[in-house]
Amino acid sequence: MPTESSPFHLTIGSRFENIELVHAVLADALSAFDLDEESRHWIDLAVREAVANAIKHGNRLEPEKRVEIELEMEHEDLVVRVRDEGEGFDPGDLNDPLAPENRLRPNGRGIFYMKSFMDDIEYRFRPGEGTEVTLRKRLGGESESDRVGTDASGNPVDEKET
Amino acid sequence: MKINVRQREGVTILDLKGKITIGVGDVALRDAIHQALDAGAKHILINLDDVTTIDSSGVGELVSSYTTVTNRGSKLKLANLPPKVADILQITQLITVFDVYEDEEEAIAAF
Repeated sequence: MPTESSPFHLTIGSRFENIELVHAVLADALSAFDLDEESRHWIDLAVREAVANAIKHGNRLEPEKRVEIELEMEHEDLVVRVRDEGEGFDPGDLNDPLAPENRLRPNGRGIFYMKSFMDDIEYRFRPGEGTEVTLRKRLGGESESDRVGTDASGNPVDEKET
Repeated sequence: MKINVRQREGVTILDLKGKITIGVGDVALRDAIHQALDAGAKHILINLDDVTTIDSSGVGELVSSYTTVTNRGSKLKLANLPPKVADILQITQLITVFDVYEDEEEAIAAF
């Protein structure tokens, strides 16, 4: 069960090594929830992708630019928000990483990861204030992302083996 | 991530340990593949047994490794996929792109 101390607000500089700091703080926070090791792993991966995107694509690897990470509970949802100081992007411009012509591309799977491992992701662009991505995991009842295997829109297509 | 490189029956084996993630692990893998190719390796096996985490950059580096090795006329295979790594290659539909084997012996025999 979540505790009073489980939410956090963390600000980091835009360096990839700081992702391990986020991982450590997130792991500590998630230990307060009734989640199995596998669920914690997938949430950690989704948050890693959000933070890596914020550092690389949002803040363009400028170390003085900040990335903010917040975790909180909203009803029965675990919610993680990641904000950068970048200029935003159009999610509609992203290629489908499962399309045969994109399968061997080295890039372009970050948002797909997030959609696969969380129940919902949402982007918000604020002119002059950067981009915010909200990752949501439903902790009450069966979660859609308990099923690994999704199409490009994040819709599950296959049951995960247990 | 740590990479141990060894030779066995004409195969260059890269034992990966830890996290293949952005900024560190992905670069280490790229360097190890290029060094193996520059040393003349024709058969390269990536042993993923001790990999704990692979992010999208790590997956991208595996894809790059595959295309780099293939373009140089060599062959790349993967062995000992931990369940979480296998899940990732399944959902990214890359499991059929790579030559994946249960263990090292099986992979070496298949070159």
